[in-house]
Amino acid sequence: MNLNRRRDGFALSFRATELEARAGICAVASQLKERGLSEDKAGDVEIALAEAINNVVEHAYTGIEPGKVRVRCTFHVNRLDVRICDMGHPLPSNQLPAGEAANLDVDRQDLPEGGFGWFMIRQIASDISYQREEGHNLLSLGFDLPCTQP
Amino acid sequence: MSLTSTQSGDARVITVSADRIDAAMAIQFKEDMRAETEGGPDRIILDLSAVTFIDSSGLGAIVASMKQLGANRKLDLAGLTPVVDKVFRLTRMDTVFNLFASLDDALADGVN
Repeated sequence: MNLNRRRDGFALSFRATELEARAGICAVASQLKERGLSEDKAGDVEIALAEAINNVVEHAYTGIEPGKVRVRCTFHVNRLDVRICDMGHPLPSNQLPAGEAANLDVDRQDLPEGGFGWFMIRQIASDISYQREEGHNLLSLGFDLPCTQP
Repeated sequence: MSLTSTQSGDARVITVSADRIDAAMAIQFKEDMRAETEGGPDRIILDLSAVTFIDSSGLGAIVASMKQLGANRKLDLAGLTPVVDKVFRLTRMDTVFNLFASLDDALADGVN
């Protein structure tokens, strides 16, 4: 894993495997706390980021050699931008999934064991955008921060 | 093995020693839960107080662990740390499981 610190944020990259993804997600969370994010806010970002990165590992690089995942976090006055870039398969129909809430009003044996990821990302992030460009996926997640953040 | 289990009254307490239940360990967790819950009491209490992070794969593994118990046994969750608690509430899985602030609270509930 490579970590580059910058004045207004930091960037890191790692290979799209489950274990490297875990290390990358932990590194982002710890950098966010080092830069003054509250435990609560850093926890929120970590939840959304983990879902986005797990999607890259499980879907974008499915059936092909796991490539790089690049994560760049940039602090603004009252906002954190997180950009996640990979070179895997595009999202289905080149679109962000709807991320609807799972239906839990079912028999116990029929309860969903997945499909919560995009729903959680949409609940936590204040804005989301996705672009497919020249073989890259670029997902941008924005998070509101209290004005006292760097 | 990331789990240890003990018997407490009419419940089996399974303690997770890992600090994350994430995509990298979800399958192992589900298998370990199957091994730890084979036979034994109808009430299982999963002590999550050491777990600081869970993702949707980990959440799915806990749901799967509950489903593999069968219809007459239940899985209660205890000691949820803030991020874990948030994931359960965001996904409304807090309406599916009984959540207890601590293991002591979970054990006390079984007595009453």
